[in-house]
Amino acid sequence: MGSARLDITVPLRTFELAVALEVGAETVALVGPSGAGKTTVLKAVAGLVRPSRGWISANGSTWFDSLGKVNRRPEQRAVGYVLQEYALFPHLSVEKNVGFAGGQPRDLLERLGIAGLAKAKPGELSGGERQRVALARALARKPEILLLDEPMAALDPHTRGRVRAELRLLLREVELPAILVTHDFVDAAAVADRIAVLVDGRIVQTGTAEELIAAPAGPFVAELAGGNLLTGNARLRVDGLTEVVLDGGLAIVSTDEATGPVGVVVHPWEISISREEAVDSAQNHVRAPIESIVPVGNRRRVRVGPLTAEVTEASAERLGLKEGEVVVATFKATATRLTALS
Amino acid sequence: MSRILFAASTAVAAGVAFAFLLLPLVAIFLRVPLGDLFSQLGNQVFQDALVVSLKTSLIAHVSVLLFGTPTAYLLARKRFFGRGALITLIELPLVLPPAVAGIALLAAFGRFGLLGDELDALGISIGFTQTAVVLAVAFVESPFYVRGAIAAFEGVDPDLIAAARTLGAGPWRVFGRVALPLAVGGLGAASALALARGLGEFGATIIFAGSLQGVTQTLPLAIYAQLDQDFDVALAISALFVLVGAAILVSLKVFGWARHGSISPFRFAPSSLR
Repeated sequence: MGSARLDITVPLRTFELAVALEVGAETVALVGPSGAGKTTVLKAVAGLVRPSRGWISANGSTWFDSLGKVNRRPEQRAVGYVLQEYALFPHLSVEKNVGFAGGQPRDLLERLGIAGLAKAKPGELSGGERQRVALARALARKPEILLLDEPMAALDPHTRGRVRAELRLLLREVELPAILVTHDFVDAAAVADRIAVLVDGRIVQTGTAEELIAAPAGPFVAELAGGNLLTGNARLRVDGLTEVVLDGGLAIVSTDEATGPVGVVVHPWEISISREEAVDSAQNHVRAPIESIVPVGNRRRVRVGPLTAEVTEASAERLGLKEGEVVVATFKATATRLTALS
Repeated sequence: MSRILFAASTAVAAGVAFAFLLLPLVAIFLRVPLGDLFSQLGNQVFQDALVVSLKTSLIAHVSVLLFGTPTAYLLARKRFFGRGALITLIELPLVLPPAVAGIALLAAFGRFGLLGDELDALGISIGFTQTAVVLAVAFVESPFYVRGAIAAFEGVDPDLIAAARTLGAGPWRVFGRVALPLAVGGLGAASALALARGLGEFGATIIFAGSLQGVTQTLPLAIYAQLDQDFDVALAISALFVLVGAAILVSLKVFGWARHGSISPFRFAPSSLR
């Protein structure tokens, strides 16, 4: 059971990366758009990039401290680093790659189910096999922290689902602090215990996947987490509600207070679908043709104009929903989240 | 119609170019049949020159590898102020006439040169000795090696270096286990080209070391010396050079050192402009 803590500032080309993180024996996913500085965080922990200010510690020992003038070299930090595209040594066999850090690679090869590939060169392996070799090599370092940079990006969609589950299991087993960098929210939600969203060098929100979906701290988090994100202009009404004129011209209301340009976030499961505009408490109605119906488990994701609604399979059948038909999507003012657009 | 004209023009140009380049080489072998070539190998001038050439080239080449490899690794891995200027400086001998290199070496190490008094005090006289030949050869061939070696080290994926470091490898291990094995193809190509250039060295050697048979007379100098003595010996040595040069090029291709099969290994790093 270890822990790792960091609070660092790294000047990048167009902005400053400033990140504070505390990772227990858990997996924290750093999610964000490319260029947000995710990889730089990992490189700073590994000692490959030197922060201008701050400190990094693992298991209570200091690896970097700009004030105390501590800066351990990469080879003196016990990190298990799975680099982007895995960076396996192409001239060495699987066995020698895993044994590079020293020690007997046999057990790790067995544990990751790649003992049969011991003599193979990385060039002969599939994406999934390479990922396992990279994980075995990182674990062979006997790390105090695991750093995983887009470990799923090089995989085809077929193997991705299986590898996600395997990786989650492995990370639970090793009980090490782990930072997983990904641009894919689904990967993060599937593998990590907590998710930190990094945008332009800042962590804008940290929480479980459920928390991020339920209460996104901004438009980026909302879109990343899969909610509907519309944009419009807000003004306060005399009745205390906020009216938002969407960019398409349609007006909706929200119980959140805001003025000026806003992002409107509505979760798919907050939207109901009917044939005619119902007379009920819900104030927001969008009448538009159905663009697509996609089954997700026992539910149907129905695209109505700019919105994605999620309804049960049974409801979809009862209503006889078909693509191209005009329906009404309804959601309550209380389920309409507003976030200011910077 | 214009397509045919274009195809015909390029074919004619290529034909002229090939004929011009090949005719002189073929002429050497038409003048000396291969059998006669071997009979010339007993000639004393040739044997002396061969020994001088092999000895001096070997010493010069090993020195260039020993000093040039770390230099190239440093220049390929580190980014620092003045790096571009240093690389340009290393490349300067490439564009100098070899005679100028000879004069420069005389000015530095000759009896009346910059270090002449100091060397004299130590009882060392370099001018017109085999040491002078070694210096001239090393001076002229080193830019060929260092440029190629920089390109070879720059071709190693920096992520692999980073991975090695995070796996606990210090600088010696990173160099020995990762950088060197991955750059070895490019280093081999650069080394072969530099060796070929060193064996053919003429201008700097004749000015700095002179042409004393059995002491400083290398094979190219022997060709020049035999020109009005025994033209057949000059031809035989020349034929030997053609064969050795061809062997070097073919081995580069066979061992895949020139990474793109159809392109000759005379490619240089564009590092000077970075």
